[in-house]
Amino acid sequence: MQAISDERLIGSDHLLELSNVQKHFGPLHVLKDINLTVDRGEVVVVIGPSGSGKSTLCRAINRLEPIDSGTVKVDGEPLPAEGKALARLRSDVGMVFQSFNLFSHKTALENVTLGPVKVRGLRKAEADERARELLDRVGLAEKADAMPAQLSGGQQQRVAIARALAMEPKLLLFDEPTSALDPEMISEVLDVMVELAGSGMTMIVVSHEMGFARKAAHRVVFMDEGEIVETATPADFFDNPTSRRAKSFLSKILSH
Amino acid sequence: MDFVIEQRTVILEGFWMTVRLTVLSGVLSLLFGTVLAVMRVCPIPPLRWAGAFYVTVVRNTPLTLVFVFSTFGLPRLEIRFSFVTFAIIALTVYTSSFVCEVVRSGINSVAAGEIEAARAIGLPFGQTLGQVVLPQAFRAVIPPLTSVFIALTKNTSIAVAFSVAEATSILRRLQNQDASATFPLLLTTAAGYIVLTLFLSFSFSRLERRVAVAR
Ligand SMILES: Nc1ncnc2c1ncn2[C@@H]1O[C@H](COP(=O)(O)OP(=O)(O)OP(=O)(O)O)[C@@H](O)[C@H]1O
Ligand SMILES: [Mg+2]
Repeated sequence: MQAISDERLIGSDHLLELSNVQKHFGPLHVLKDINLTVDRGEVVVVIGPSGSGKSTLCRAINRLEPIDSGTVKVDGEPLPAEGKALARLRSDVGMVFQSFNLFSHKTALENVTLGPVKVRGLRKAEADERARELLDRVGLAEKADAMPAQLSGGQQQRVAIARALAMEPKLLLFDEPTSALDPEMISEVLDVMVELAGSGMTMIVVSHEMGFARKAAHRVVFMDEGEIVETATPADFFDNPTSRRAKSFLSKILSH
Repeated sequence: MDFVIEQRTVILEGFWMTVRLTVLSGVLSLLFGTVLAVMRVCPIPPLRWAGAFYVTVVRNTPLTLVFVFSTFGLPRLEIRFSFVTFAIIALTVYTSSFVCEVVRSGINSVAAGEIEAARAIGLPFGQTLGQVVLPQAFRAVIPPLTSVFIALTKNTSIAVAFSVAEATSILRRLQNQDASATFPLLLTTAAGYIVLTLFLSFSFSRLERRVAVAR
Protein backbone atom coordinates (compact mmCIF):
# COMPACT_ATOMS: atom_id res chain seq x y z
CA MET A 1 0.00 0.00 0.00
CA GLN A 2 2.67 2.44 1.05
CA ALA A 3 4.66 1.88 -2.12
CA ILE A 4 1.65 2.47 -4.36
CA SER A 5 0.64 5.76 -2.79
CA ASP A 6 4.26 6.94 -2.87
CA GLU A 7 4.43 6.16 -6.51
CA ARG A 8 1.22 8.03 -7.17
CA LEU A 9 2.48 10.99 -5.24
CA ILE A 10 5.71 11.05 -7.22
CA GLY A 11 3.86 10.41 -10.45
CA SER A 12 1.58 13.37 -9.97
CA ASP A 13 4.55 15.60 -9.18
CA HIS A 14 6.29 14.94 -12.44
CA LEU A 15 5.41 17.75 -14.77
CA LEU A 16 7.76 16.61 -17.49
CA GLU A 17 8.90 13.10 -18.28
CA LEU A 18 11.28 12.25 -21.06
CA SER A 19 11.91 8.54 -21.54
CA ASN A 20 14.33 6.93 -23.95
CA VAL A 21 14.29 9.93 -26.29
CA GLN A 22 16.43 9.41 -29.39
CA LYS A 23 17.14 11.95 -32.10
CA HIS A 24 19.35 11.84 -35.17
CA PHE A 25 20.23 14.50 -37.70
CA GLY A 26 21.21 12.27 -40.58
CA PRO A 27 24.09 10.15 -39.30
CA LEU A 28 24.58 12.41 -36.28
CA HIS A 29 23.15 10.97 -33.06
CA VAL A 30 22.16 14.18 -31.26
CA LEU A 31 20.06 12.88 -28.35
CA LYS A 32 21.14 9.50 -27.02
CA ASP A 33 18.53 7.77 -24.92
CA ILE A 34 17.57 10.80 -22.82
CA ASN A 35 15.69 10.12 -19.60
CA LEU A 36 14.75 13.13 -17.55
CA THR A 37 11.95 14.03 -15.19
CA VAL A 38 11.22 17.48 -13.91
CA ASP A 39 8.93 18.10 -10.97
CA ARG A 40 6.37 20.84 -10.64
CA GLY A 41 8.08 24.02 -9.48
CA GLU A 42 11.53 22.67 -10.15
CA VAL A 43 14.21 24.74 -11.85
CA VAL A 44 16.69 22.72 -13.88
CA VAL A 45 19.77 24.23 -15.47
CA VAL A 46 21.17 22.39 -18.49
CA ILE A 47 24.83 22.93 -19.16
CA GLY A 48 27.29 21.43 -21.61
CA PRO A 49 29.68 22.11 -24.45
CA SER A 50 28.59 23.55 -27.78
CA GLY A 51 26.95 20.94 -29.98
CA SER A 52 26.12 18.65 -27.06
CA GLY A 53 22.40 18.76 -27.90
CA LYS A 54 21.04 21.24 -25.36
CA SER A 55 19.00 23.24 -27.87
CA THR A 56 17.77 20.08 -29.53
CA LEU A 57 16.62 18.82 -26.13
CA CYS A 58 14.60 22.00 -25.53
CA ARG A 59 13.12 21.87 -28.99
CA ALA A 60 12.24 18.21 -28.60
CA ILE A 61 10.33 19.01 -25.41
CA ASN A 62 7.77 21.15 -27.27
CA ARG A 63 8.23 19.29 -30.53
CA LEU A 64 9.60 22.13 -32.54
CA GLU A 65 11.89 19.27 -33.46
CA PRO A 66 10.33 15.83 -33.94
CA ILE A 67 12.05 12.95 -32.19
CA ASP A 68 12.92 9.53 -33.63
CA SER A 69 11.70 7.46 -30.70
CA GLY A 70 10.90 7.66 -27.01
CA THR A 71 8.20 9.67 -25.27
CA VAL A 72 7.79 13.21 -24.04
CA LYS A 73 5.02 13.64 -21.49
CA VAL A 74 3.89 17.03 -20.27
CA ASP A 75 1.71 16.82 -17.19
CA GLY A 76 1.08 13.13 -17.87
CA GLU A 77 -0.05 13.66 -21.47
CA PRO A 78 2.18 12.37 -24.25
CA LEU A 79 2.87 14.98 -26.93
CA PRO A 80 0.76 14.21 -30.01
CA ALA A 81 2.14 14.33 -33.55
CA GLU A 82 1.58 17.47 -35.65
CA GLY A 83 -1.84 19.06 -35.71
CA LYS A 84 -4.28 21.03 -33.58
CA ALA A 85 -3.75 18.88 -30.49
CA LEU A 86 -0.03 19.47 -30.65
CA ALA A 87 -0.49 23.22 -31.03
CA ARG A 88 -2.70 23.24 -27.92
CA LEU A 89 -0.29 21.21 -25.83
CA ARG A 90 2.62 23.24 -27.10
CA SER A 91 0.98 26.39 -25.81
CA ASP A 92 1.39 24.92 -22.29
CA VAL A 93 5.15 24.92 -22.77
CA GLY A 94 6.62 28.38 -23.10
CA MET A 95 9.89 28.98 -24.87
CA VAL A 96 12.37 31.83 -24.67
CA PHE A 97 15.01 31.91 -27.40
CA GLN A 98 18.59 33.10 -27.53
CA SER A 99 17.73 35.56 -30.30
CA PHE A 100 14.45 36.80 -28.68
CA ASN A 101 12.44 36.26 -31.87
CA LEU A 102 9.86 38.94 -31.16
CA PHE A 103 7.35 39.50 -33.97
CA SER A 104 9.00 42.50 -35.57
CA HIS A 105 5.81 43.98 -37.06
CA LYS A 106 3.98 44.06 -33.74
CA THR A 107 4.39 46.28 -30.67
CA ALA A 108 5.61 44.86 -27.38
CA LEU A 109 2.02 44.71 -26.16
CA GLU A 110 0.78 42.98 -29.34
CA ASN A 111 3.59 40.45 -29.05
CA VAL A 112 2.30 39.55 -25.60
CA THR A 113 -1.41 39.49 -26.49
CA LEU A 114 -1.24 37.54 -29.77
CA GLY A 115 -1.18 34.10 -28.14
CA PRO A 116 -3.85 34.73 -25.50
CA VAL A 117 -6.24 36.21 -28.09
CA LYS A 118 -5.64 33.77 -30.96
CA VAL A 119 -4.89 30.55 -29.08
CA ARG A 120 -6.71 30.95 -25.78
CA GLY A 121 -9.59 32.99 -27.19
CA LEU A 122 -9.32 35.79 -24.64
CA ARG A 123 -11.17 39.05 -25.33
CA LYS A 124 -8.84 41.77 -26.51
CA ALA A 125 -9.48 44.15 -23.61
CA GLU A 126 -8.80 41.41 -21.10
CA ALA A 127 -5.66 40.26 -22.92
CA ASP A 128 -4.41 43.86 -23.06
CA GLU A 129 -4.89 44.33 -19.36
CA ARG A 130 -3.07 41.12 -18.48
CA ALA A 131 -0.30 41.89 -20.96
CA ARG A 132 0.25 45.27 -19.30
CA GLU A 133 0.52 43.55 -15.92
CA LEU A 134 3.09 41.15 -17.34
CA LEU A 135 5.09 43.93 -18.98
CA ASP A 136 5.03 45.68 -15.63
CA ARG A 137 6.27 42.52 -13.97
CA VAL A 138 9.31 42.41 -16.28
CA GLY A 139 9.89 46.14 -15.74
CA LEU A 140 8.68 47.37 -19.12
CA ALA A 141 5.30 48.92 -18.39
CA GLU A 142 6.21 52.10 -20.27
CA LYS A 143 7.41 50.21 -23.37
CA ALA A 144 4.06 48.64 -24.24
CA ASP A 145 3.73 50.54 -27.52
CA ALA A 146 7.37 50.25 -28.64
CA MET A 147 8.29 48.18 -31.66
CA PRO A 148 10.92 45.45 -31.09
CA ALA A 149 13.51 47.38 -33.14
CA GLN A 150 13.17 50.28 -30.72
CA LEU A 151 14.10 48.11 -27.71
CA SER A 152 17.50 47.03 -26.43
CA GLY A 153 18.37 43.34 -26.43
CA GLY A 154 17.69 43.01 -22.73
CA GLN A 155 14.32 44.71 -23.11
CA GLN A 156 13.41 42.52 -26.07
CA GLN A 157 14.24 39.41 -24.10
CA ARG A 158 12.07 40.59 -21.20
CA VAL A 159 9.18 41.16 -23.61
CA ALA A 160 9.80 37.64 -24.91
CA ILE A 161 9.54 36.33 -21.35
CA ALA A 162 6.28 38.25 -20.86
CA ARG A 163 5.00 36.80 -24.15
CA ALA A 164 5.75 33.28 -22.93
CA LEU A 165 4.18 33.97 -19.52
CA ALA A 166 1.01 35.31 -21.12
CA MET A 167 0.09 31.76 -22.16
CA GLU A 168 0.19 30.75 -18.48
CA PRO A 169 2.47 27.85 -19.36
CA LYS A 170 3.02 24.91 -17.09
CA LEU A 171 6.65 24.84 -18.04
CA LEU A 172 9.06 27.43 -19.40
CA LEU A 173 12.07 26.55 -21.55
CA PHE A 174 14.95 29.01 -21.86
CA ASP A 175 17.55 28.33 -24.54
CA GLU A 176 20.60 30.45 -23.69
CA PRO A 177 18.43 33.50 -22.94
CA THR A 178 21.38 35.76 -22.14
CA SER A 179 24.02 34.61 -24.64
CA ALA A 180 23.14 37.23 -27.23
CA LEU A 181 23.17 40.07 -24.73
CA ASP A 182 25.76 42.67 -23.81
CA PRO A 183 27.11 42.11 -20.29
CA GLU A 184 25.26 45.06 -18.78
CA MET A 185 21.91 43.66 -19.95
CA ILE A 186 22.43 40.13 -18.74
CA SER A 187 21.55 40.86 -15.14
CA GLU A 188 18.24 42.59 -15.96
CA VAL A 189 17.10 39.40 -17.68
CA LEU A 190 18.52 37.08 -15.02
CA ASP A 191 16.78 39.12 -12.30
CA VAL A 192 13.43 38.47 -14.00
CA MET A 193 14.26 34.77 -14.26
CA VAL A 194 15.28 34.54 -10.59
CA GLU A 195 12.01 36.20 -9.62
CA LEU A 196 10.10 33.70 -11.80
CA ALA A 197 11.94 30.75 -10.26
CA GLY A 198 11.08 32.09 -6.81
CA SER A 199 7.40 32.32 -7.75
CA GLY A 200 7.27 28.56 -8.30
CA MET A 201 7.45 28.41 -12.10
CA THR A 202 8.80 25.16 -13.50
CA MET A 203 11.78 26.02 -15.65
CA ILE A 204 14.39 24.35 -17.80
CA VAL A 205 17.20 26.77 -18.47
CA VAL A 206 20.06 26.15 -20.87
CA SER A 207 22.66 28.56 -19.59
CA HIS A 208 26.26 28.81 -18.52
CA GLU A 209 25.44 31.55 -16.03
CA MET A 210 26.78 29.95 -12.89
CA GLY A 211 25.49 32.70 -10.64
CA PHE A 212 21.95 32.06 -11.81
CA ALA A 213 22.35 28.31 -11.41
CA ARG A 214 23.62 28.64 -7.86
CA LYS A 215 20.96 31.16 -6.89
CA ALA A 216 17.88 29.71 -8.53
CA ALA A 217 18.39 26.14 -9.74
CA HIS A 218 17.44 23.01 -7.87
CA ARG A 219 19.38 20.79 -10.19
CA VAL A 220 22.07 21.00 -12.82
CA VAL A 221 22.02 18.58 -15.74
CA PHE A 222 25.30 18.23 -17.58
CA MET A 223 25.11 17.09 -21.22
CA ASP A 224 27.90 16.02 -23.51
CA GLU A 225 27.70 14.49 -26.99
CA GLY A 226 23.96 13.96 -26.75
CA GLU A 227 24.00 12.23 -23.38
CA ILE A 228 23.08 13.32 -19.89
CA VAL A 229 26.37 12.67 -18.17
CA GLU A 230 25.76 14.01 -14.70
CA THR A 231 22.91 15.37 -12.60
CA ALA A 232 23.57 17.14 -9.32
CA THR A 233 22.65 20.08 -7.13
CA PRO A 234 24.33 23.30 -8.32
CA ALA A 235 26.72 23.37 -5.34
CA ASP A 236 27.77 19.75 -5.83
CA PHE A 237 28.11 20.11 -9.57
CA PHE A 238 30.22 23.26 -9.61
CA ASP A 239 32.35 22.40 -6.53
CA ASN A 240 32.65 18.60 -6.84
CA PRO A 241 31.85 17.37 -10.34
CA THR A 242 32.18 13.59 -10.43
CA SER A 243 32.53 12.76 -14.14
CA ARG A 244 35.73 13.37 -16.01
CA ARG A 245 33.88 15.14 -18.81
CA ALA A 246 32.19 17.57 -16.43
CA LYS A 247 35.50 18.31 -14.74
CA SER A 248 37.17 19.06 -18.04
CA PHE A 249 34.22 21.22 -19.23
CA LEU A 250 34.15 23.22 -15.99
CA SER A 251 37.88 23.80 -16.04
CA LYS A 252 37.46 25.27 -19.53
CA ILE A 253 34.63 27.67 -18.71
CA LEU A 254 36.20 28.66 -15.40
CA SER A 255 39.55 29.52 -16.94
CA HIS A 256 37.93 32.45 -18.81
CA MET B 1 -5.26 66.84 -81.76
CA ASP B 2 -8.77 68.17 -82.37
CA PHE B 3 -9.86 64.66 -83.25
CA VAL B 4 -8.56 63.39 -79.90
CA ILE B 5 -10.52 66.04 -78.01
CA GLU B 6 -13.60 65.35 -80.10
CA GLN B 7 -13.40 61.64 -79.27
CA ARG B 8 -12.51 62.09 -75.61
CA THR B 9 -15.51 60.23 -74.21
CA VAL B 10 -14.73 57.17 -76.29
CA ILE B 11 -11.07 57.32 -75.27
CA LEU B 12 -11.99 57.78 -71.61
CA GLU B 13 -14.36 54.84 -71.85
CA GLY B 14 -11.50 52.77 -73.21
CA PHE B 15 -9.33 53.71 -70.28
CA TRP B 16 -12.15 53.05 -67.88
CA MET B 17 -12.24 49.48 -69.23
CA THR B 18 -8.46 49.27 -68.77
CA VAL B 19 -8.86 50.36 -65.15
CA ARG B 20 -11.62 47.81 -64.57
CA LEU B 21 -9.61 44.99 -66.11
CA THR B 22 -6.56 45.98 -64.06
CA VAL B 23 -8.34 46.34 -60.73
CA LEU B 24 -10.42 43.19 -61.02
CA SER B 25 -7.65 40.94 -62.28
CA GLY B 26 -5.23 42.63 -59.87
CA VAL B 27 -7.33 41.83 -56.82
CA LEU B 28 -8.05 38.29 -58.02
CA SER B 29 -4.36 37.70 -58.85
CA LEU B 30 -3.32 38.93 -55.44
CA LEU B 31 -5.69 36.46 -53.77
CA PHE B 32 -4.98 33.51 -56.02
CA GLY B 33 -1.24 34.25 -56.20
CA THR B 34 -1.07 34.31 -52.39
CA VAL B 35 -2.90 30.98 -52.20
CA LEU B 36 -0.36 29.56 -54.67
CA ALA B 37 2.54 30.95 -52.62
CA VAL B 38 1.13 29.39 -49.46
CA MET B 39 0.75 26.08 -51.30
CA ARG B 40 4.39 26.30 -52.31
CA VAL B 41 5.57 26.64 -48.70
CA CYS B 42 3.04 24.44 -46.93
CA PRO B 43 4.06 21.16 -45.28
CA ILE B 44 1.94 19.00 -47.64
CA PRO B 45 4.12 17.80 -50.57
CA PRO B 46 1.33 17.31 -53.20
CA LEU B 47 0.17 20.91 -52.69
CA ARG B 48 3.75 22.13 -53.01
CA TRP B 49 4.15 20.20 -56.25
CA ALA B 50 0.85 21.50 -57.63
CA GLY B 51 1.89 25.09 -56.86
CA ALA B 52 5.30 24.65 -58.46
CA PHE B 53 3.76 22.98 -61.53
CA TYR B 54 1.26 25.79 -62.01
CA VAL B 55 3.91 28.48 -61.81
CA THR B 56 6.31 26.65 -64.13
CA VAL B 57 3.66 26.14 -66.79
CA VAL B 58 1.81 29.46 -66.65
CA ARG B 59 4.75 31.78 -66.09
CA ASN B 60 6.49 30.36 -69.12
CA THR B 61 3.48 30.61 -71.44
CA PRO B 62 3.04 33.80 -73.51
CA LEU B 63 0.09 35.84 -72.30
CA THR B 64 -1.47 35.79 -75.76
CA LEU B 65 -1.64 31.99 -75.59
CA VAL B 66 -3.29 32.19 -72.17
CA PHE B 67 -5.85 34.53 -73.74
CA VAL B 68 -6.43 32.10 -76.60
CA PHE B 69 -7.02 29.27 -74.14
CA SER B 70 -9.42 31.42 -72.14
CA THR B 71 -11.47 32.98 -74.99
CA PHE B 72 -11.53 30.02 -77.40
CA GLY B 73 -10.76 27.04 -75.15
CA LEU B 74 -13.27 27.64 -72.37
CA PRO B 75 -16.30 28.06 -74.72
CA ARG B 76 -15.45 24.64 -76.14
CA LEU B 77 -16.00 23.28 -72.64
CA GLU B 78 -19.44 24.89 -72.75
CA ILE B 79 -18.23 27.65 -70.45
CA ARG B 80 -19.68 30.87 -71.80
CA PHE B 81 -18.89 34.28 -70.38
CA SER B 82 -18.56 37.73 -71.87
CA PHE B 83 -15.25 38.61 -73.52
CA VAL B 84 -14.49 40.88 -70.56
CA THR B 85 -14.82 37.95 -68.16
CA PHE B 86 -12.59 35.78 -70.33
CA ALA B 87 -10.05 38.59 -70.38
CA ILE B 88 -10.14 38.85 -66.58
CA ILE B 89 -9.72 35.08 -66.28
CA ALA B 90 -6.73 35.09 -68.63
CA LEU B 91 -5.08 38.06 -66.91
CA THR B 92 -5.67 36.54 -63.46
CA VAL B 93 -4.34 33.12 -64.40
CA TYR B 94 -1.23 34.70 -65.86
CA THR B 95 -0.53 37.39 -63.25
CA SER B 96 -1.13 35.01 -60.32
CA SER B 97 1.98 33.04 -61.22
CA PHE B 98 4.09 36.21 -60.91
CA VAL B 99 2.36 37.31 -57.71
CA CYS B 100 3.00 33.82 -56.31
CA GLU B 101 6.74 34.03 -56.83
CA VAL B 102 6.95 37.55 -55.41
CA VAL B 103 4.92 36.65 -52.31
CA ARG B 104 6.93 33.46 -51.87
CA SER B 105 10.15 35.44 -51.80
CA GLY B 106 8.54 37.65 -49.16
CA ILE B 107 7.58 34.60 -47.10
CA ASN B 108 11.15 33.35 -47.30
CA SER B 109 12.43 36.67 -46.02
CA VAL B 110 10.55 36.32 -42.72
CA ALA B 111 12.94 35.33 -39.91
CA ALA B 112 12.74 31.61 -39.19
CA GLY B 113 13.02 32.38 -35.48
CA GLU B 114 9.78 34.36 -35.52
CA ILE B 115 7.95 31.49 -37.17
CA GLU B 116 9.31 29.19 -34.50
CA ALA B 117 8.23 31.63 -31.79
CA ALA B 118 4.72 31.66 -33.27
CA ARG B 119 4.58 27.86 -33.23
CA ALA B 120 5.96 27.83 -29.70
CA ILE B 121 3.06 29.91 -28.35
CA GLY B 122 0.71 27.37 -29.92
CA LEU B 123 -0.39 29.10 -33.12
CA PRO B 124 -1.41 26.50 -35.70
CA PHE B 125 -0.09 26.69 -39.29
CA GLY B 126 -2.88 28.91 -40.61
CA GLN B 127 -2.60 31.50 -37.87
CA THR B 128 1.19 31.50 -37.96
CA LEU B 129 0.80 32.35 -41.61
CA GLY B 130 -1.96 34.92 -41.19
CA GLN B 131 -0.66 36.67 -38.10
CA VAL B 132 3.10 36.52 -38.44
CA VAL B 133 4.30 35.42 -41.88
CA LEU B 134 2.05 37.07 -44.47
CA PRO B 135 1.83 40.53 -42.85
CA GLN B 136 5.62 40.71 -42.90
CA ALA B 137 5.93 39.08 -46.31
CA PHE B 138 3.61 41.63 -47.95
CA ARG B 139 5.45 44.54 -46.36
CA ALA B 140 8.69 43.22 -47.81
CA VAL B 141 7.39 42.76 -51.36
CA ILE B 142 5.44 45.96 -52.06
CA PRO B 143 8.09 47.25 -54.54
CA PRO B 144 8.26 44.07 -56.67
CA LEU B 145 4.46 43.70 -56.46
CA THR B 146 4.18 47.21 -57.86
CA SER B 147 6.15 46.07 -60.90
CA VAL B 148 3.88 43.07 -61.34
CA PHE B 149 0.79 45.29 -61.28
CA ILE B 150 2.32 47.81 -63.70
CA ALA B 151 2.98 44.92 -66.06
CA LEU B 152 -0.64 43.85 -65.55
CA THR B 153 -1.93 47.33 -66.42
CA LYS B 154 -0.10 47.18 -69.72
CA ASN B 155 -0.94 43.53 -70.31
CA THR B 156 -4.63 44.43 -70.31
CA SER B 157 -3.95 45.79 -73.82
CA ILE B 158 -3.68 42.19 -75.08
CA ALA B 159 -7.44 42.11 -74.58
CA VAL B 160 -7.64 44.30 -77.70
CA ALA B 161 -7.18 41.25 -79.85
CA PHE B 162 -10.07 39.54 -78.09
CA SER B 163 -12.85 42.04 -78.70
CA VAL B 164 -12.64 43.96 -75.44
CA ALA B 165 -13.01 47.68 -75.86
CA GLU B 166 -10.16 48.81 -73.64
CA ALA B 167 -7.84 51.74 -74.28
CA THR B 168 -5.62 50.20 -76.95
CA SER B 169 -8.49 48.83 -79.02
CA ILE B 170 -10.20 52.21 -78.94
CA LEU B 171 -6.94 53.66 -80.22
CA ARG B 172 -7.00 51.23 -83.14
CA ARG B 173 -10.60 51.95 -83.98
CA LEU B 174 -10.21 55.69 -83.93
CA GLN B 175 -7.03 55.45 -85.93
CA ASN B 176 -8.97 53.72 -88.67
CA GLN B 177 -11.54 56.49 -88.65
CA ASP B 178 -8.98 59.24 -89.11
CA ALA B 179 -5.53 58.18 -90.20
CA SER B 180 -4.10 61.68 -89.81
CA ALA B 181 -4.80 61.52 -86.07
CA THR B 182 -2.53 58.51 -85.58
CA PHE B 183 0.24 60.40 -83.83
CA PRO B 184 -1.88 62.40 -81.37
CA LEU B 185 -3.87 59.25 -80.62
CA LEU B 186 -0.74 57.24 -79.92
CA LEU B 187 0.65 59.95 -77.66
CA THR B 188 -2.63 60.31 -75.81
CA THR B 189 -2.91 56.59 -75.25
CA ALA B 190 0.71 56.28 -74.10
CA ALA B 191 0.18 59.21 -71.74
CA GLY B 192 -2.95 57.55 -70.41
CA TYR B 193 -1.04 54.37 -69.54
CA ILE B 194 1.69 56.40 -67.89
CA VAL B 195 -0.86 58.27 -65.78
CA LEU B 196 -2.42 54.98 -64.69
CA THR B 197 0.87 53.29 -63.82
CA LEU B 198 2.29 56.36 -62.09
CA PHE B 199 -0.82 56.54 -59.97
CA LEU B 200 -0.34 52.87 -59.13
CA SER B 201 3.35 53.34 -58.22
CA PHE B 202 2.52 56.39 -56.14
CA SER B 203 -0.24 54.59 -54.21
CA PHE B 204 1.95 51.58 -53.54
CA SER B 205 4.93 53.59 -52.33
CA ARG B 206 2.63 55.51 -49.99
CA LEU B 207 1.30 52.20 -48.74
CA GLU B 208 4.85 50.98 -48.29
CA ARG B 209 5.77 53.96 -46.16
CA ARG B 210 2.62 53.65 -44.11
CA VAL B 211 3.14 50.02 -43.19
CA ALA B 212 6.95 50.12 -42.96
CA VAL B 213 8.28 48.45 -39.84
CA ALA B 214 11.02 50.28 -38.00
CA ARG B 215 14.10 48.06 -38.07
N1 LIG C 1 18.59 21.26 -38.09
C1 LIG C 1 19.76 20.59 -37.94
N2 LIG C 1 20.24 19.83 -38.94
C2 LIG C 1 21.38 19.13 -38.81
N3 LIG C 1 22.14 19.14 -37.70
C3 LIG C 1 21.72 19.89 -36.67
C4 LIG C 1 20.52 20.66 -36.74
N4 LIG C 1 20.35 21.30 -35.56
C5 LIG C 1 21.42 20.95 -34.80
N5 LIG C 1 22.24 20.10 -35.44
C6 LIG C 1 23.47 19.50 -34.91
O1 LIG C 1 23.12 18.77 -33.75
C7 LIG C 1 24.11 18.93 -32.75
C8 LIG C 1 23.48 19.44 -31.48
O2 LIG C 1 23.04 20.77 -31.72
P1 LIG C 1 22.42 21.69 -30.60
O3 LIG C 1 22.05 22.98 -31.23
O4 LIG C 1 21.36 20.95 -29.89
O5 LIG C 1 23.65 21.90 -29.61
P2 LIG C 1 23.77 22.88 -28.39
O6 LIG C 1 24.20 22.05 -27.22
O7 LIG C 1 22.57 23.68 -28.21
O8 LIG C 1 24.99 23.80 -28.83
P3 LIG C 1 25.25 25.36 -28.54
O9 LIG C 1 25.78 25.48 -27.15
O10 LIG C 1 26.27 25.72 -29.57
O11 LIG C 1 23.95 26.08 -28.76
C9 LIG C 1 25.18 19.83 -33.32
O12 LIG C 1 26.23 19.01 -33.78
C10 LIG C 1 24.49 20.52 -34.46
O13 LIG C 1 25.40 20.80 -35.48
MG1 LIG D 1 22.09 25.74 -28.51
